[in-house]
Amino acid sequence: MEIQKELNHEIVKNILKQGKRIDGRQKYEYRSIELERDCIPNAEGSAICRMGKTQVLAAIKVDLATPFPDRPDEGVFSTGAEFTPIGAPHFEPGPPRVEAIELARVVDRGIRSSEMIDLKSLALEGQEKVKALYLDLWILDYDGNLFDAATLASVAALQNTRMPKIEDGKIIRGEYEGNLDIKTIVTSCTFAKLDESFLLDPNFAEETGADGLLTVAVTPEYMCAGQKSGKAGFTQKDILELVDISFNKGKELRAILGQ
Amino acid sequence: MGSSNKKLIRDDGKRMDGRELDELRPIAIKARVLNNADGSALVVWGNNKIIAGVYGPRECIPRHDQSLYRARVRARYNMAPFCSLEEHGRSGPSRRSQELSKVISEAFENVVIAETFPKTAIDIYIDVLQSDGGTRCAALTAAAVALADAGIPCKDMVAAVAVGKLNGQIVLDLSKDEDNFGQSDNPMAFSARTGEILLFQMDGLLTKEEVAHGIEMAKIASAKIHELQVEALKGAYDSEHKTKLELNIEPQKI
Repeated sequence: MEIQKELNHEIVKNILKQGKRIDGRQKYEYRSIELERDCIPNAEGSAICRMGKTQVLAAIKVDLATPFPDRPDEGVFSTGAEFTPIGAPHFEPGPPRVEAIELARVVDRGIRSSEMIDLKSLALEGQEKVKALYLDLWILDYDGNLFDAATLASVAALQNTRMPKIEDGKIIRGEYEGNLDIKTIVTSCTFAKLDESFLLDPNFAEETGADGLLTVAVTPEYMCAGQKSGKAGFTQKDILELVDISFNKGKELRAILGQ
Repeated sequence: MGSSNKKLIRDDGKRMDGRELDELRPIAIKARVLNNADGSALVVWGNNKIIAGVYGPRECIPRHDQSLYRARVRARYNMAPFCSLEEHGRSGPSRRSQELSKVISEAFENVVIAETFPKTAIDIYIDVLQSDGGTRCAALTAAAVALADAGIPCKDMVAAVAVGKLNGQIVLDLSKDEDNFGQSDNPMAFSARTGEILLFQMDGLLTKEEVAHGIEMAKIASAKIHELQVEALKGAYDSEHKTKLELNIEPQKI
């Protein structure tokens, strides 16, 4: 990986000097994006996002759980990411590495801060337990930009999450009472910084060769999550510009989500 | 083994899902569904959805796993926490998944020509994305296709299927309910060319005659599954083939 990073840095930078990206895209152009929904019927919600050669599966299970002590009147929302060793030669089996934890937390923040799920509505009247949504991100093919692919897959999965029927404080599996209510739509844009350039939707070579990444998640009205990763520094002006582009690109991404 | 009193065979002699006693669930196999893995395959088998990816031969890490004589063949069977209709599961290996990883690895050690690649590892990763009984057989079937897709030299293909006993009758390819409430479960894997049995597990109670009947039934079914595996591998070389994971493919009645 270390050598790959150095090589990719040189390659991507040199091509960029000629004003090009290694796959011929414009600077702020996404690769082709495909969504496939309802692909895991055992889960209450699911979707695969294919972004170029990156493939991410998001699945949502609904359970009953004890609420957090400081939020007894709210449902539980929890996100996990699995870099399954199928997904890339350098992904190893074992407990989640820091990159997986970061991915899960950034996706979680976007969904949580946007209030696209009303957690209060997941509480059960007069009962100790609340509804819990468990979001799992399964990275089946890693070719860069997991943040945006995972966010798209997650939102698509939430959009078609069926809520299981609950009787006498128990879930009746396989029976449903309507869909999860979605309040807004979150999308995210990830940019790779290379010298003074920014590339939207970096692929593996661009991401590993980059000085740093910036992810900006937005709803139509608000920015709702951000993450800078890698050693690069971003100027104040850079960040404002990239936030602006993220709001604009949000329209494109929401169209893919059917909104 | 749960209660064996539950009615699992209808009065017309068919099973609750309408299958004959010796009928497989609908199966679809697609080879090469992933970009990064050296070989990959998706198996949709009834309601099971299983993906296998193979890497190797590659450097064997940790070093103490290396053999000077042959490649290590390491399979990892893993269930996704969202795979079951029941509650959200825990991630990471369970006692069950570790045992299955061991017996699946050993089945492939028989067919992979490992002597060609000393000091390396051939890693077979299997994720159960959706489970409905018979996942180890579907997993092994997927892994065999992924191994071939990765171009790993093998002596033979392997296909697996389970037989079991419901209400006193030997039946093929148990679903989850049939496994939970049946009287026996007997998964096995066959080497397609030699007919050798490379995985064999059994629980419950069976007479000598029932064991013999079950193995015969499984052997016939494994030949049908083998045909699907070969078709899937040919499909990866079709000009229409697209390397992508489409989980909503419709399995075919066999």
